[in-house]
Amino acid sequence: MENTEKLRQVFAESLEIDKNKVVDSLEYNSIPEWDSVAHMSLVAAIDSAFDIMLDTDDVIDMSSFGEAKKILAKYDVEF
Amino acid sequence: MLEGKFALVTGCTRGIGRAIVETFARNGANILANGRTEGSLDDLCTGLAKEHGITAEPVYFDVSDPAAVKSGFQKILKITKQLDVAVNNAGVLDNNLLGMVNPKTVQEVFAINAFGTIYVMQYAARLMMKQKQGSIINLSSIVGINGNEGQVVYSGSKAAIVGITRSASKELAPANIRVNAIAPGFIDTDMVRTLSEEKFQERMDSIKMRRIGTPEEIADCALFLASDQSRYVTGQIIGVDGGMLI
Repeated sequence: MENTEKLRQVFAESLEIDKNKVVDSLEYNSIPEWDSVAHMSLVAAIDSAFDIMLDTDDVIDMSSFGEAKKILAKYDVEF
Repeated sequence: MLEGKFALVTGCTRGIGRAIVETFARNGANILANGRTEGSLDDLCTGLAKEHGITAEPVYFDVSDPAAVKSGFQKILKITKQLDVAVNNAGVLDNNLLGMVNPKTVQEVFAINAFGTIYVMQYAARLMMKQKQGSIINLSSIVGINGNEGQVVYSGSKAAIVGITRSASKELAPANIRVNAIAPGFIDTDMVRTLSEEKFQERMDSIKMRRIGTPEEIADCALFLASDQSRYVTGQIIGVDGGMLI
């Protein structure tokens, strides 16, 4: 639960959107704030917050907030 | 000019790369020195750290191997979370006429000179995005702009750097990350010593300043691009060639 909140905070701050909008179904390119440029900033922020370095394939596959949680689980981040 | 900054330089065992790390270190940068061969940069880093009172760490990886690049950046993250400058210098030369080019060479030259630059930029840009600033410097070549007989593969790989640099500069400018390239002319490195005497003289005759360039002259341009002196310069390919004509 703690990491879900942490990730939600990272999404909200990085995409500059209200935290309430960060739900599992929030998808890449579904809102103007989450475009390709913002995606790279988001990835950098996730790397930094969880002290990991996402694979390029995972960066490409990170198509929603829900998917981001699944991907981070591969890096031993527990949700 | 670079006090407190962290700079990654690829391919700095000798030649231009080595001159760049030495120039950066002299100007106060902390150095992340990349080479392929484990142990080959240990002494250089120890010496630079001692002489200039900076952090200088070797980071060994093959830029043409995406997995190795990732692992290299994981090592970098253990040294520092900050990356201000990345110089993509690692490269190989190939002098072969079109009819003599073999597919293995094409793969190898492009893998190191062009693809490696992309792989390093991907991770470097991610680190720089965190701090919303950075400078990426790619090494192209005068032959990447003008072409040259006997260098279809090499010049092609260096021409790719022009497109890579200009495109990345457009993508990364909103994050205040600048991307520029240097296009050296005829520079006194091990690479030029592979030329025949006749070819060497031919090249010398094509230089308006009537002398070969030095690695330090390329390093000085890299210093400018790495520093805040060039804070509004991005997407540029800067020729450092003494007025060479091809």
